[in-house]
Amino acid sequence: MTKIAKRFCAAVAVIVMMWGGQALWASEAWAGVFNPETFTLDNGMQVVVLPNHRAPVVLHMVWYKAGSADEPEGKSGVAHLLEHLMFKGTPKHPNGEFSKILAQHGGQENAFTSLDYTGYHQTVASDRLEMVMELEADRMTNLVLSPEDVATERAVVLEERNQRIENKPSARLREEANQKFFPDNHPYGRPIIGWRPELAALTREDALAFYKDHYAPDNAILVVAGDVNVADVKRLAEKYYGPIPARGVAARTPLVTDAPITGGETVLRDARVRQASWAENVIQPSLSNGSPRRVAALEILSELLGGGGTSRLYRALVIDQALAVSAGTYYDQSARGNGQFAFYASPRPGVSLDELAQALRTETRRVLDEGLKPDELAAIKKRMMADAVYSRDAMKTGAWTIGGALAAGHSIEDVEQWPERIQAVTEQDVLDALKAVLDEPRRITTKLLPNGNGDGA
Amino acid sequence: MKKLLVALMIIFAPLHAWAVDVERVVSPGGIEAWLVQDHSNPVVSMRFAFDGGSELDPVGKAGLSNLAASTMDEGAGDLDSQSFQQILADQSITLRFDAGLDRFSGELKTLSENLDQSFDLLRLSLSQPRFDEEPVARLKSQIIAGIRADSEDPGKLAYDSLFAHFFPGHGYAVDSDGTVESVTALGSDDLRSFVKTRLGRSNLIIGVVGDIDPDRLGQLIDHAFGALPAAPSVERGGDVAVNASGRLDVIERDIPQSTIVFGHGALKRDDPDYYATLVMNHILGGGSFTSRLYDEVREKRGLAYSVGSSVYPLDHAGLIIGSAATENARVSETIEVIRTQWARMAAGDVGEQELKDAKTYITGAFPLTFTSTGAIARVLVAMQLNKLGIDYLDKRKTYIDAVDMADVKRVAAKYLAPDRLDIVVVGKPAGIVPSR
Repeated sequence: MTKIAKRFCAAVAVIVMMWGGQALWASEAWAGVFNPETFTLDNGMQVVVLPNHRAPVVLHMVWYKAGSADEPEGKSGVAHLLEHLMFKGTPKHPNGEFSKILAQHGGQENAFTSLDYTGYHQTVASDRLEMVMELEADRMTNLVLSPEDVATERAVVLEERNQRIENKPSARLREEANQKFFPDNHPYGRPIIGWRPELAALTREDALAFYKDHYAPDNAILVVAGDVNVADVKRLAEKYYGPIPARGVAARTPLVTDAPITGGETVLRDARVRQASWAENVIQPSLSNGSPRRVAALEILSELLGGGGTSRLYRALVIDQALAVSAGTYYDQSARGNGQFAFYASPRPGVSLDELAQALRTETRRVLDEGLKPDELAAIKKRMMADAVYSRDAMKTGAWTIGGALAAGHSIEDVEQWPERIQAVTEQDVLDALKAVLDEPRRITTKLLPNGNGDGA
Repeated sequence: MKKLLVALMIIFAPLHAWAVDVERVVSPGGIEAWLVQDHSNPVVSMRFAFDGGSELDPVGKAGLSNLAASTMDEGAGDLDSQSFQQILADQSITLRFDAGLDRFSGELKTLSENLDQSFDLLRLSLSQPRFDEEPVARLKSQIIAGIRADSEDPGKLAYDSLFAHFFPGHGYAVDSDGTVESVTALGSDDLRSFVKTRLGRSNLIIGVVGDIDPDRLGQLIDHAFGALPAAPSVERGGDVAVNASGRLDVIERDIPQSTIVFGHGALKRDDPDYYATLVMNHILGGGSFTSRLYDEVREKRGLAYSVGSSVYPLDHAGLIIGSAATENARVSETIEVIRTQWARMAAGDVGEQELKDAKTYITGAFPLTFTSTGAIARVLVAMQLNKLGIDYLDKRKTYIDAVDMADVKRVAAKYLAPDRLDIVVVGKPAGIVPSR
């Protein structure tokens, strides 16, 4: 009965795993053209407004350009712990009052920590926008923490780690492989929730130091979507966020790396695994370091190879050869550091992971050898353009997409010019991208297997 | 997921009425749909539901509804599986079916330029599904892989055990997905029989939102649903008692954290006490940041990351259920806190401010969900399934506002029974003695 709501309550971290997990954006990395309005307050805080008058509802988000990858060495988990602690209180609104006030107004709220950013969001009736702005601006600089608050919340986060990682063989495997995929203590190589010993040792001072280093208007983005107009948002933002002084936040450490990877395979066997699975992740450019043309070509490549039930890999492995129950790809272009392209598959009974991987590689190479079918590229582009229309259907999609892009150091143009970038991709671009993926030496394979000596067969 | 949506959707109400103009559309062929027109985007979302879900799957054929949901969009009429899926992909049409315990539901989402084609594909999938050997075998293998992959998930194990004990011998005892054995045994004949006997016009409910007018919608729903039998030939059963007696069960697993689920019988959706119980449970465990369980288990003691309770009305039985997850060493303490809060609420210990806050939350939260065509279409379906009336969006607040302290105390005493609370723990809890 897992269909029953598993409640993850306040201060839930939407932890975005780089490894076989879902990126935050709905389905495609960039959802299309949202036509946002944007301006910057005198203190450097960027504001993005996305009017949508379907319902008298507003989504208010503050994104900080600080995620787990911005943590000091040895303090893994502090960005996420601070995200939890941000609900504790300020002199003006002590003792968890933030959430109580929100609830009294029927408001929905949550927060999330990712590798590249931390975010706080509330959904309220549009006439309550001022209230949430006052609350969020207040906790940007006035957080008060007692040692007891930190001790209790650290215990909560350790339980969260148990729930997300320790209790799940697939998550333990991801965590282990990720460290090899981003070697030499690269910030992307550590889990967002933190290594257990480091997390258990975090203190009030660690949390406050991270807060002081990163929580400031000149390191934040305000996104407001829904039943609002730009003039009102501007007036309120100037009133509540405007007076907070800029802090001259330090430039972020570059994350793009060309460090080689050793140890290309990670295997985890566990008695609790009942369905084997295989994945291969390959370092590829992200928007941060790739040409727009290459990034768009990789996105189309992912759609071609692994985009659902009509994709090349699904048709070959799941339907025609009946080797797999699932097969696909994903490409994450949104990172501040390296992007990655991943292949994944799960075998049918009696099929070994090596056999499955071999078939997947053969099919992938076939695309390179034989090229695309007539109209195949046009059909994929058409589908992606439709995605852009659908992405304007839900109030939140534009807010999440643009907020995430800006917080990871990309631009509104990166989001808004997405259709043009996709349209410009040629068949040769797709094949060049595929060749680059196949030739890239920085890759790692993960195998999740039941106990025993077999290879999933 | 349908059962969850219904359970959640109905707990909200508008903070202040505003114009969501719900129109009752009756097609020339007599099929009813509720419509909210929204021409701001060239998109149309339709949700529909047939009354009766996996609970009606024949004995030994658990998972039939779910397999039908998974294969009805895998080829129909002259189109084989790959042709059918290719058209959906090329035209960016979402067409899918889903089976819950009480409903068999569907979703159609399309750009308005493809309305005709999308409704035609829906018609084919409902009236002429092919159930070819390849897609049936493929989807069976996928469902079985999913059951296997989830089979060691602590939450899944715990809830499966809880429901198996609640409903011995009843269709509610088994998850909609079925079991490895039951799904393995299913075949195309079962699926054909499902479509023939379970889907009719009389047990169909439709909600539509988006870029479409009533006349066009009427024609399209006649086209899509008109060929269905007038009524399904499988009857729904009557109420079933919830077998909860205060059992404490442990399912041993070598994991660092135990998952705890708990629950007992409560009331159904159409019970006059429903709104009061909703408010009461919000205070007890439903309010995500503010409930007593959240406060006592997580905020004060740091025992768990997730904890809460839900009023969970099924068609034939009402439940109140909840869950928490904590390290093995602290399971006893967590259970103690949960039982204490259950008893405290049952004894009528409720504050005026808590009551007021719960009511403002429940009335205020609802309109916040109306932010996409699909979300609104879901609400239209839930309103009809629960016979809430087309003016429900305007009336909802009054139902919640009418709940007073006496009501909350009364339903707490009536429906909360700490000594009947069944508890299942999955993990290696320290110092727990199962009561089996």
